[in-house]
Amino acid sequence: MTSFLPPAQKNWWAVPVGRQEIIWIAIALVWCLIMFFMMPLWHVYGNQNIANEAYKVTPAKYQAKVNEMIEKYKVREETAMKIPVVAPPDGADVYLLARLWQWYPMLELKKDVTYRLHLNSIDWNHGFSLQPVNINIQVVPGYEMVLNITPNKAGEYTIVCNEYCGIMHHSMLGKIWVKE
Amino acid sequence: MAQFRQCPDTGLFFHKEAENLMKANAVAGVVCLLIAGILALLVVLTRWPAVHLLPADTFYMVLTAHGVCALIFWVIFFEIAILYFAGSTLLRSRLATPRWAWAGFVLMIVGAVMTMAAIFAGKSSVMMTSYVPMRAEPHFYLGLVIFAVGALIGCFVYLGTLVVAKNEKTYEGSVPLVTFGATVACIIAIFTIASGAEILIPTYLWSIGYISHIDPAMYRLIWWALGHSSQQINVSAHVAVWYLIAGVIFGARPMSEKVSRAAYLLYIFFLQLASAHHLLTDPGLSVEWKLFNTSYAMYLAVLASMIHGLTVPGAIEVAQRKKGLTNGAFEWLRKAPWDNPVFSSMFISLVGFGFLGGISGVVMGTEQISIIIHNTIYVPGHFHATVVIGTTMAWMGLTYLLIPVLFRRKMIMPQAAKLQPYVFALGMSLVAIFHMAAGTLGVARRHWDMGFAGNPLGFEYPATAYLLMGIAGVGGVIAVVGGAMFIVIAVGSLVFGEKLQKEAGLLQSFGFPLADSAYTDEKPARLPMAPSEAVEAHHDESSFEAPGTFILAMVLLVSFVIYYFINWKYLSEVWGLS
Amino acid sequence: MADENNTDEREEEKISPWQQMIDNPFLLLFIGVAMPTVFYTLWGVMEIASLPVAPY
Repeated sequence: MTSFLPPAQKNWWAVPVGRQEIIWIAIALVWCLIMFFMMPLWHVYGNQNIANEAYKVTPAKYQAKVNEMIEKYKVREETAMKIPVVAPPDGADVYLLARLWQWYPMLELKKDVTYRLHLNSIDWNHGFSLQPVNINIQVVPGYEMVLNITPNKAGEYTIVCNEYCGIMHHSMLGKIWVKE
Repeated sequence: MAQFRQCPDTGLFFHKEAENLMKANAVAGVVCLLIAGILALLVVLTRWPAVHLLPADTFYMVLTAHGVCALIFWVIFFEIAILYFAGSTLLRSRLATPRWAWAGFVLMIVGAVMTMAAIFAGKSSVMMTSYVPMRAEPHFYLGLVIFAVGALIGCFVYLGTLVVAKNEKTYEGSVPLVTFGATVACIIAIFTIASGAEILIPTYLWSIGYISHIDPAMYRLIWWALGHSSQQINVSAHVAVWYLIAGVIFGARPMSEKVSRAAYLLYIFFLQLASAHHLLTDPGLSVEWKLFNTSYAMYLAVLASMIHGLTVPGAIEVAQRKKGLTNGAFEWLRKAPWDNPVFSSMFISLVGFGFLGGISGVVMGTEQISIIIHNTIYVPGHFHATVVIGTTMAWMGLTYLLIPVLFRRKMIMPQAAKLQPYVFALGMSLVAIFHMAAGTLGVARRHWDMGFAGNPLGFEYPATAYLLMGIAGVGGVIAVVGGAMFIVIAVGSLVFGEKLQKEAGLLQSFGFPLADSAYTDEKPARLPMAPSEAVEAHHDESSFEAPGTFILAMVLLVSFVIYYFINWKYLSEVWGLS
Repeated sequence: MADENNTDEREEEKISPWQQMIDNPFLLLFIGVAMPTVFYTLWGVMEIASLPVAPY
C-alpha cells in the first residue's frame, strides 16, 4: 500500500484514474499550452524580442568596425580615460564592444529611434546588463549579435557587466545616454 | 554469497556491501554540504552590502568553490547513495558489482578533492560554469572529469542492480514507484555526465595546450547540458524522496501509479531540454530552437511537476483521511506530524519547490522574460529555492529517516531536530525571495561590489536594492545556522547517538561494515506487491479523494498565473527590442 | 483488472505498451539520452555551426 512496494496490480496501467487527477491534469495542460503560445504570440504582437541575427566574427575585424564607427560619429570624450562618446545617426548600425573590463565606446542615442545595436566581446564572455531598465543579454566572444533597440525613455543608462569576467568584473561599466 | 540484514524497526533489508556504500556516499555528501555551507556564509557576508567581508579575489574563489561543492559534489554523492538505496534496499536485491561501485566512489572522492584543491590554490576562480576562454588550472577540469566518471560508474551499478533484481526475481510485478523515480534520476544523470565529459575533456585538453581553441558558444551549449541537467537529476530524485517519505510516515500509496509514472515518463522525454533556459539571450540560436527547448516541448515537463505537486500531497491526504482526519478541507494537514523533521523537511521541500522554485523557474525560462532576468541575482534566488529548499531539504528529511535505519543510531538532540527544518527553511526562503526581488531591480549575480565604489563612471542601484540584499544577507545567516544544526545533529548522531544495535560502532557510521554477526546469508523473501484492497476503495467517480490538496493546487495555479503575467507586464515596459 | 490480483502468465499479455515501456529501464535510458541529444545538443550545435560570417 505504499510508494516503496511494487504496484498492487501487475497491470497497473489499466487501473482507472480518479476524477480529481484527470481534472487537474486537464487544467495544468491548458495552462502549459497558454504559456507556450504566449512566446510566439509575443514575437508577433510584443515589442521585446531577441531576433536571431548573429554572425561569426574575429576580434580584429570587430574592433576595426568599432573604430570606424567612432571615427565617423564621435562627439566627445568622457572621464580621465578619454572614452569616446558616439552619437550615431537615426537607424544606424551601432557597434558596442565588450572587453576586460570596459564597454566601449559610450553611446548617445535618441528616444523612440530604432538602432541596430551590435554586441560582441573580443576576449571572454560578458553580460550586457542595461540599468535601470534591466535588459540583460549574453555577450559571447566570436559571435556578434544584432539587436534592434528602441529606447523609450530619455535619461542616463549604465551598462553593468553581469557575466563574471575575472578579477575586475565588478568594475566593468559603460554608459548610454538617451536624449529626447 | 551476498549477506543481508533486516532492520528490525522498518523491515527493510540491507545488502552488506550496498549498505556500506550508501553510508560512505551519504557521509561524503554531508562533508561536501558542510564545506559548501561554510563557503556559503562567506559568500553571504560579502554580498550583504553593509558587511562586504571578503576582498574581491577571495570572494570569486569562494563563490566558485561554493557552487562546485554544493551544486555538483553534495547533491551527486547523496544521489548515488539514494540510487543504491532504491536499487538494492527497496528491491531486496544484492547490489551489482560492489567493487566497481567502490571504484566509482574512490574516483568521485579523488576528483572532488582535485577540483577543490585547484580552486583553493587560487588560480581557478572561474565559477562553476568555467566559460571558456577563461582558463582554470588543468586539474580543475580533470578533477571534474574524474568525478563524473566515478558518478557514471555509480549509475551503471544501479542499472546493473535493476537487472540483477529482475533476473533473481527479488520483487513481484513492476518496481516500486520510488525505485522508478530513482531510475529516472539515473537516466538523466547519464545524459548529464555524458555531456559533461563531452565538453570538459576537450576543455582539459585545451587547458594543457593540446587543443588550441574551444568555441565559446558551443561550450555554453554543451556545458549547460551538464549544468542544468545535473539539477534535473535532483528534481527526479527529490520527487522520489517525497513519495518515499509520504509512504513511510503516512503509509500513503500513490493516488495512481499510472499518473505518477506517466509524469515521470514526461521527465525522461522532456525535462533535460530546459538546459536552454541559460541560452535564451545568447547569440546564434534560433527562436524555434529556443521556444522548443526552453518550454520542454510545450511545458510537458512542467505538467509533470504540477502532477507530482498534486499527487504527493494528495496521497498524504488520502492516507490521513482514511485514519479519520476528515474534518474540513485541511484537518489532515493541520494534524500532520509537524514536529517530525522527516515530514516537515519533506513537506517544506515540496511547497518551497513548487511555489518559490517552480513558479520562478518557469517564468524566468520564458523566452522573452529571460531578458529582464538573465544573469541577475534573481537566478541564484530561484535555484536556492529549487536546489536548497527543494533538493537539500528533501535530502535532510531522508537523512533523518535513515540515521536510525541505515546507521543504527538514535538521533541526538531531538528538540533541535524538530526545529531545524523551520530555521533552515526560513533563512533559505529569505535568501530566495529577496535575491529574486533584488534581481528584478537589476542587481547582477556573481558580482563583488554592487556599489561600484571608486568607479569613474559611477552607478548606483536603487536604495531598495541594498535593503533587499541586506535582508537576503540576514536570511543567509539564518540558513547557515539551520544548516549547521543539521550537520551537528546528523554527524553528532553518527558519533554519539545511542547504538540501536551493538555492532554499530564509530567506524561503522562512516562506511565500515558492521560485524558479520549482524548479517545472514539467507536471501530475503521476495518483495511482495502492495496489497490490492487499498487500491479499490477509491473509485467513487463523483467526489474528490483529496479535496484539500486540490484547493492547494489551485492556489499554486492562481499564484503561478498572476506572477507569470506580472512579469510580462514588466517586460512590456522596457526598451523595444527586436 | 482492478478487482483481481492474479499473477498468471496470461496477465502479462494484456499489459499496455506504455507500461511495458515504463517497465523497461534500458528503453527509457535510450529515450532519455536520445531526446535531449537530438533536440537540444545536435540541433543547437548545427545552428551555431551554420552561422554566417559577419558581412564586412
